[in-house]
Amino acid sequence: MNIINIEHIAKIYQVGSEEVHALRDVSLKIDKNEYVAIMGPSGSGKSTLMNMLGCLDTPTSGIYDFKGNSVSEMTDNQLAAIRNREIGFVFQTFNLLSRSDAIHNVELPLIYAGLAYAERRERAEESLIDVGLKDRMHHKPNELSGGQRQRVAIARALVTKPSIILADEPTGNLDSKTGEEIMILFNAIYEKGNTIILVTHEEYIAEHAARIIRIKDGLIEKDFPVENRYIPKPRAAAL
Amino acid sequence: MNTFLFEMKESMMIALRAIRANKVRSILTMLGIIIGVTSVVVMTTAIKGIDNSFQNGISALGSDVLYIDKWAWFSNEDWWKMRNRKNLTMEDYEEFKNTAKLPLATAPVAGTRQTVKFEDRRTDAVNVNGSSADYVKTTNFTFAEGRFYTEIESKSSRQVAVLGSELAKNLFPRENAIDKSIKIGGVNYKVVGVLTEQGSFMLGSFNPDNQVFVPIGTIFKNFTSEVHGSITINVRAASPALLEDTKAEAEGVMRKIRGLTYSEENDFSINQQEGLMDNYNSIVGVIQIAGLFITGLSLFVGAIGIMNIMFVSVKERTKEIGLRKAIGAKRRTILGQFLLESSTICIMGGLVGLLFAILISMMVNQFIPTSIQYDAVIIAILISLLTGIIAGLAPAYSAAKMDPVEALRYE
Repeated sequence: MNIINIEHIAKIYQVGSEEVHALRDVSLKIDKNEYVAIMGPSGSGKSTLMNMLGCLDTPTSGIYDFKGNSVSEMTDNQLAAIRNREIGFVFQTFNLLSRSDAIHNVELPLIYAGLAYAERRERAEESLIDVGLKDRMHHKPNELSGGQRQRVAIARALVTKPSIILADEPTGNLDSKTGEEIMILFNAIYEKGNTIILVTHEEYIAEHAARIIRIKDGLIEKDFPVENRYIPKPRAAAL
Repeated sequence: MNTFLFEMKESMMIALRAIRANKVRSILTMLGIIIGVTSVVVMTTAIKGIDNSFQNGISALGSDVLYIDKWAWFSNEDWWKMRNRKNLTMEDYEEFKNTAKLPLATAPVAGTRQTVKFEDRRTDAVNVNGSSADYVKTTNFTFAEGRFYTEIESKSSRQVAVLGSELAKNLFPRENAIDKSIKIGGVNYKVVGVLTEQGSFMLGSFNPDNQVFVPIGTIFKNFTSEVHGSITINVRAASPALLEDTKAEAEGVMRKIRGLTYSEENDFSINQQEGLMDNYNSIVGVIQIAGLFITGLSLFVGAIGIMNIMFVSVKERTKEIGLRKAIGAKRRTILGQFLLESSTICIMGGLVGLLFAILISMMVNQFIPTSIQYDAVIIAILISLLTGIIAGLAPAYSAAKMDPVEALRYE
């Protein structure tokens, strides 16, 4: 079953008196348990597409159905609810609350979902254990390494058990070794049956995915499955 | 309803986290509210305190007593007209006393101001009231020592005196005053009684405890030049309910004594405590409005401070707001978070301000009797809550309507 079904969407921004066509005509479908990389140079419309997929923004024209519901017609509150329950965001800059410890950062989406304290804590703990931060639950972001911060962010994305995980350049602020570890984590999450959409401009990161969509000038240039996807192997040192 | 309470609770926790995270800034912001609330509460209690002590002081005059006088205490009547009225004389008093049926007691009063001495101690500008023995019946005097002068002493104009409590304290700080010989304006008087304290607060030059009471005849005899010639007749009604009847009767009797025809105006005035109250209220009303306006201004400045800081805080946390929105915070959740933050700062400030106000009023209490009423507590909390909401509204709204995409991109 399709989670995402996009048909002929376009997004036009008004910048002063000029119209900017960020997306011209994009159609795509994403199924459950896919691992998709969206690639493209800056200014290609890749970010706009990601915001659209993440329900942070709505298209100017075209159809966007998320699990059969039309996103284009949703109110702000409905969009917020979809983002809360169905989408897990992972950002390049982690976006953690700097003054809160790891567990509070992870439980944040559950607060907005209306869960009571005890259940929130339990699920946040589980989620942190899943990303390998059992001993770092009460550390604040400035007491954690870059890789650990991104793991907290991933735990936060997973805690609501979302339909898709949307990662925007998740390794962009990390050194290659740490980036590799994060990609190992994503692979594990994918293999558990999750759907991952990865936005990147780096070829070797995109090759971790099972499908690559290339965007250029607001149009899909290529959409193809990866024959021999790169499956990162956990090294002994990483464990 | 449950989800509302849940959201309130969670927003409260978020607000408290934010306040704790920026301790110094929160405290500095609070300062404005602390000062504002302190001044408003202190001002309110001070006014109330002055008011209370005035009420006590004025009740010494008695709410059921009329004062028939040449002069009206408060009126728009022409001063010259009143000045040309005939003096009230002892003959008028005698005739009034014999004619009027309703009064419980009537007494003539003639006053002067004199220096009172005992040995080497002296008090200047003491109100010396001359009256009859019935005077005590027109008051609620109680005696610390001794008694009021008798009818015989009064009729025969004996040199006897009854002292107010403060005057007695000044002249006889340690010894007993009874039977001591004092000098009033250079004339010897024997002390026969000392009154208990009447009222504590002074209004102008009138202090009910700094008086001396002597037989009226001795006033005419010793201080003729100072007495302006007109006496006052104090009339006490049998009960406060009969005050109006007594007043009507007094007016009729006086008109008859003066031989006024139907078309002629009164050539005397009947005064009562109420007039004093009205006058007082209008003065205090102005002070109250001016005081509250000035203290209100400081609260307003505090509110602007809060608004300013909240705008800075929203701007600074743009990225955080973007993140919160991305992971599912609704507009009203963000609005509530920032509103709660500003109101919490304000309420905390309000409570600290209240504490200061209580301390200040305890200190001021040495000079002006004040007391913090619990309504002041409620007012302080309400004012600070309201300030918080009003000051937080615009910043919170600007946070709530942020576009998550823009906010996340903000550096």
